Amino acid sequence: MSELKTLAHEGLWKNNAALVQLLGLCPLLAVTSTVTNALGLGIATLLVLVGSNVTVSIVRNWVPKDIRIPVFVMIIAAFVTIIQLLMNAYTFGLYQSLGIFIPLIVTNCAIIGRAEAYASKNTPILSAWDGVMMGLGFAAVLVILGAMRELIGQGTLFDGAELLLGDWAASLRLEIISFDSQFLVAILPPGAFLGLGLIIAAKNYFDERKKSQTKPAAPVEKTQRARVTSLT
Amino acid sequence: MILASMKKNGAILTAFALATTGSVALVQQLTAPRIEAQEKKHLMRTLTQVLPADKYNNELYLDCIESNAPELGPNGPHRIYRAKHNGQPVALLVQHITPEGYSGNIDILTALYANAEIAGVRITQHKETPGLGDKVEVKKSDWVHSFSAVKVQSAEDPRFNVKKEGGMFDQFTGATITPRAVVHSVNTATWYAHQNFDSLFAQPNICQEEQL
Repeated sequence: MSELKTLAHEGLWKNNAALVQLLGLCPLLAVTSTVTNALGLGIATLLVLVGSNVTVSIVRNWVPKDIRIPVFVMIIAAFVTIIQLLMNAYTFGLYQSLGIFIPLIVTNCAIIGRAEAYASKNTPILSAWDGVMMGLGFAAVLVILGAMRELIGQGTLFDGAELLLGDWAASLRLEIISFDSQFLVAILPPGAFLGLGLIIAAKNYFDERKKSQTKPAAPVEKTQRARVTSLT
Repeated sequence: MILASMKKNGAILTAFALATTGSVALVQQLTAPRIEAQEKKHLMRTLTQVLPADKYNNELYLDCIESNAPELGPNGPHRIYRAKHNGQPVALLVQHITPEGYSGNIDILTALYANAEIAGVRITQHKETPGLGDKVEVKKSDWVHSFSAVKVQSAEDPRFNVKKEGGMFDQFTGATITPRAVVHSVNTATWYAHQNFDSLFAQPNICQEEQL
C-alpha cells in the first residue's frame, strides 16, 4: 500500500518525468500548442509507458543483463508502432495533427528510463502502477502547458477536441478571449520553453514553501541532481 | 564458454525480435482496413468540399488519373480526379504542389469546370507560420473562397497575383509569400487542366481497382 503511494507521489510530483527529470522534452515542447494535441500525446505516452513497463517486468527474469537494453528498445518500439497504428485507425484527425511526434515517443527517455530503473526490478502490478503514475504526471504537464499556450496564443481551450474524442466534443471548445490575430510567441516553440520554465518555477516554489514550513531552520543543502535512473 | 552465452543471447534476441515484429504485424493486419477506410473518408471529405455535390453523380475517388506534368509542381505524379454527370465530363479535381511557400511545400486541391471556371480550392497540407500564412486554410479564414467562380484565361494570368502586385487576391498582413505561392500555383495548374481537359478525361482510369 505504502509502495503504491510512494510511486504515485514520485510519478506525479517528486520525480515527475517532465518537471524534475526533464525527459521527453522534444514531444513535450513540440505538440503542446493546444490542449487537444497535448492530451492526445499524453494518452499515447501513458499507454506506451504502461505497456512497456508491464512487458519488461514480465520478461525481466528471462532477459540476461547484457542484452536487456536492445530487448527493452524492441519492446518499446513495438508498443509505439502499435499505438500509432491504433491512432491512425481510430483517431485519424488527431493522428494527422500529431504527425511525426507519435513515432518520436520511442525517443522519450522517460519510457526506457522507467523500464530500466523500475520495471526490470519489480513485479508487473507495481510496474503497471508506476507506468500509470509516471504517464499521468507527464500527461498532466503536457495538458497544463497546452492549456496555457492555447489560451494565451489563440484565446480558446479544447479547440479541435472532436479530433480526439469524437463529434460530440466539438461543443467542448471554449472561446475565452477573442483575438483578431493569434499571439505567435505562445504558439511557436519559444512559448513552450517559457511556459515550461514557469511551470517548473511554480513547482519549485511550492516545494520550497513546504520545506520551510516543516523545518524552518534547515541546514543548507547541496544541490541535488535530478534522479533519472535510481529509485532507491 | 563465451560461445555458449553468445548463442543464448542471440537466441533470446531473436525470440524477442520475432515476438515484437509479430505483434506489430498482427495489429497492422487488424487495423489496415480501418485505416484505409479512414483515409478514403478523409479524401472524400476534401474532394466533396471543392465541388458542389449536385454537379456530378459518380464516385469521385473511384475515377482518377495520374500526371507528371511540371505545371502541377514537384514530387509527382499528381492525382487528378474526374467528376462526371451521367458519364459526361464535368470537372477535374487536380492535386498540385507549390514549393514557393514560406516554409516547405504547400499541397493544394483545385476543382476546375470544363469552361475554365474554378469550382473551389483547398489547401490540403502546409507548414506555413501559424497565425500568418496559415490563413490559406479554410478553417482559419475564408480567403480560399475568393477563387470561386474565377475563370482562368492564360498561363500567366495577370489577375492571378496578390493585390499589391496588381492581381485580384488579397495578401495577408505580414504574409505575402504564402498567398502568392498559392495563387500562382492555382493559375498554372488550372491552365494546364483547362488546356488538356479532354485528353485528361480520355485517359484510362487508374482508381477503379481501389473499390472496396
